[in-house]
Amino acid sequence: MQAGVIVFPGSNCDRDAMDAVKRSFHKDAIAVWHKDTSLPKLDFIIVPGGFSYGDYLRSGAMAAKSPIMNEVIKAANNGVYVIGICNGFQIITEAGLLPGSLMRNKNLKFIHQTQHLRVVNNNTAFTKEYEANQHIKFSIAHGEGNYFAEKDVLEELESNNQVVFRYADKAGNINEEGNANGSTHNIAGIINKKGNVLGLMPHPERHTDALASGIDGLALFTSVINSLK
Amino acid sequence: MQFKVKALITLKKSVLDPQGKAIELTLHNMNYSSVSNVRQGKVIEFLIDAENKDKASITAKEICEKLLANLIIEQFNIEITEV
Repeated sequence: MQAGVIVFPGSNCDRDAMDAVKRSFHKDAIAVWHKDTSLPKLDFIIVPGGFSYGDYLRSGAMAAKSPIMNEVIKAANNGVYVIGICNGFQIITEAGLLPGSLMRNKNLKFIHQTQHLRVVNNNTAFTKEYEANQHIKFSIAHGEGNYFAEKDVLEELESNNQVVFRYADKAGNINEEGNANGSTHNIAGIINKKGNVLGLMPHPERHTDALASGIDGLALFTSVINSLK
Repeated sequence: MQFKVKALITLKKSVLDPQGKAIELTLHNMNYSSVSNVRQGKVIEFLIDAENKDKASITAKEICEKLLANLIIEQFNIEITEV
């Protein structure tokens, strides 16, 4: 089982992603530079957080056009597990791997806090090690995390159970108070129809060490490992 | 031939524009109560070398669709003039 982390100019959560992989896979992930035109053989690809291309033009817009992204798209179409975290979520929506778009936070502020979430779909390759509707906490740190999709796309996402994580308040209720960035339907993370591409704004890779921020994120990585067996 | 392109990119009407709203509120605080429906967009300018204006226009449209605008949430207008 081999994981890879794509690195763009401005990515800054690639090290945490590699650390999370080391803790769960017990094997180093391979760092792949955005300008490469081929991927090593990978079973799990992480598109990490950060400020690729300085968030210029639109967050993730230019990273989505990096040479390596053609290969990531091919790999995703071939069923390889791909996860986009924060800027990575922005990149993979711009690349068309997931529907919708991440816009400026509703209150215009960069929000950096511990975020309560509900795992609303634990029947995915990325969440099967979580309990149904489990109340968890991941860090969020973003200025453009406001998920938007057109009404018909949204209806499809909901009816297909493609919403995987929703923002919740401290008590675990999915409501306006728990929705820091204004995302439609409190959507924090979604999966594609095929079930192999996940995108989320919160940071699971920051929560795989009991001594530092807890291990709520570990189950995501072990879910992928168990899905690969 | 060289052409100057000005691409105006704005959020679609159905999309929330908090920056536009913030600008509107500030203008109201400055006593411009006559102002409403403020929307903020962006202008991207560039030069294109092309055989003729039609070809330049096609390239400009392609550039807008592929990179400059996110068609899920934005629309664009192109102004093109010969240099």
